[in-house]
Amino acid sequence: MRAVPTRRWLNDNRWVWSFTAAALVWLLTIFIADWRGPLATLSTALGFATFYAIVGIGQMLVISTGGIYIDLSIPSVMVLAGYLSMGTMGARDAGLLPGIAVALAVGLAAGVANVVLIRGARIPSMIATLASGFIMQSITIAYSHHSTAKPAPTLLDFSLSHVFGVPTIALIFIVVTVGVGFVLARTVFGRSVLATGQNARAAYLAGIPIPRTIATVYIISGLLAAVAGMLLAAYSGGASLNMSEDFLLMSIAVVVLGGTSISGGRAMIAGVWGASLFLYLIVTMLNVLGVGAGVRYVVTGIIIIVVLALSDQHESA
Amino acid sequence: MSDEVAGGKTTRDTAGEPAVRRRWRLDARVMLPAVALAVMLAGIFVLQPRAMSYNGLRLLLGLGLPLMFAAMAELCVIAASDIDFGLGTFIGLVNCIAAKYLASEPLLAVAVLAGLVLAYAAMGAFIQVRRLPSIVVTLGASFVWLGLAVLVLPSPGGAVPDWLTHLVRLRPPLVPLPIVAAVLLGLFGHWLFMRTSYGVVLRGVGSTPASLERAGWSLLVARSTLYGLAGVFGVIAGLLVTGLNTSGDATIGAAYTLLAVAAVIIGGGEFVGGVVSPPGAVIGAFIMLLTGALLSFMDVSTDWQLSVQGAILILVLSTRALQRRRS
Repeated sequence: MRAVPTRRWLNDNRWVWSFTAAALVWLLTIFIADWRGPLATLSTALGFATFYAIVGIGQMLVISTGGIYIDLSIPSVMVLAGYLSMGTMGARDAGLLPGIAVALAVGLAAGVANVVLIRGARIPSMIATLASGFIMQSITIAYSHHSTAKPAPTLLDFSLSHVFGVPTIALIFIVVTVGVGFVLARTVFGRSVLATGQNARAAYLAGIPIPRTIATVYIISGLLAAVAGMLLAAYSGGASLNMSEDFLLMSIAVVVLGGTSISGGRAMIAGVWGASLFLYLIVTMLNVLGVGAGVRYVVTGIIIIVVLALSDQHESA
Repeated sequence: MSDEVAGGKTTRDTAGEPAVRRRWRLDARVMLPAVALAVMLAGIFVLQPRAMSYNGLRLLLGLGLPLMFAAMAELCVIAASDIDFGLGTFIGLVNCIAAKYLASEPLLAVAVLAGLVLAYAAMGAFIQVRRLPSIVVTLGASFVWLGLAVLVLPSPGGAVPDWLTHLVRLRPPLVPLPIVAAVLLGLFGHWLFMRTSYGVVLRGVGSTPASLERAGWSLLVARSTLYGLAGVFGVIAGLLVTGLNTSGDATIGAAYTLLAVAAVIIGGGEFVGGVVSPPGAVIGAFIMLLTGALLSFMDVSTDWQLSVQGAILILVLSTRALQRRRS
């Protein structure tokens, strides 16, 4: 059966749905708020959505290499990198560069550790990243007793800054996203990720270096989670143990709701942003409505499940 | 390298093996955690000989009561080759409902808890019908359970009926309650999944869904049953938490999710292929639990408990992978 061109285009560009949904929620929100500050709402949502999107891109790369790969250590990497980098900075600008270096080192170490467990020890990725997450969490808990964990003033200002009303962090990571999108679509590494996800055996027979591809995506995911953790800690004025508690769900939800296939082989990087905006705008809308935390959780959970059910997971790629 | 490609198929191959060999291999899976648990207990007894008494064991293993039921709940979902990341917050919700209504309006509480079990079964049916990834659905559900728990009990508190607090403090003769419960639960689980004919169907949901359907069994009914069972065990775990803590707290359950997953996996379960061992999961629950006691008897800060739990997971799983490569 030949698909109608529009339908086919929509199937190849599933990210459109997440942006449409985000736009609808945005319109609904400013309608509820009596048209007050529509652009400010969007700017704030974009600022928060950036954190979901940063970790979402890493998770998307991992998931795209095949249904058996996932990174559950993301929230633990975030909080460990957040604490260690803030602790190194100690609210001093002199600590800025060492702090950033520490965050990147945490991300790199986490990625490498996950690769060693998955590739070296042959532990299924879900348990490997669960176990490495346990260990990182406990290092964070032990470290958190004796550290101030406050950002360098420059990083704090930077994380809150805007360029033409758009959060600087969002701008930077939109550029990063475009870069990753280009890498996925046009480079050997990018095609290897998708080929491995579509059919590992065929990819192996085609001579694709599967171990190297998988190692790379896990290291990228670790680095992105660490950067997100550092920026989120700076943005919130300091690291806290529960700062990334929503990120296990969100890192996976923004990937899947954005149109990336959970069984691998099809990535929709723009959709990660659409879904991040959508999910954060829902929180904004509920806040405008003045509902409590309980209702907010229930509605967010139900919306994620319903949207997932509505999106056809099994249409041909 | 060719392992890479075969990785996803290993379980399918095991399913095709003669039953006798398979059963032996499953037993080998349980042996490893059983030995690990024995070593941990021996270590604790050496460090703290007083733990080797009726009361010592009762205190040492008391918190294992809810954890073993949480592990059994997770096992039911893992048997379907799914995973439940919402179990912990579900236990928290049960805890809040029990603390708020069980003493004052027992009928309402029972009705609501029964409704929750049905909700779990419905979640399984939903995942089956729409062929959704369980990881995303249950993570979404974890938000729903947490939100409901906060709505039921905005701040920790509530009252617990006497029968529940008495139940968790029962002192059966000779053997402390946690051990009695563990043996009964392990045997019951083993009977249910390994000895009944429908248990074979239930495990088939995770291992050979296509043949199951061809043989005329309904995957919808079987998966809903597994999730419904998970709901039942989850409710029991929540009630036991309530009895032990004598109050309700929406956030109390969060830690149970990952501990339960770890318990099932350490106890011989696999994420794909419906490979599970109920006695193994109970043993796994105790292993996870005893890490805390072992550390405190060794005068190490319990900050490191999660590290030890992670290390045990890595150790058991890499040993299993080694065994598999050799066989």
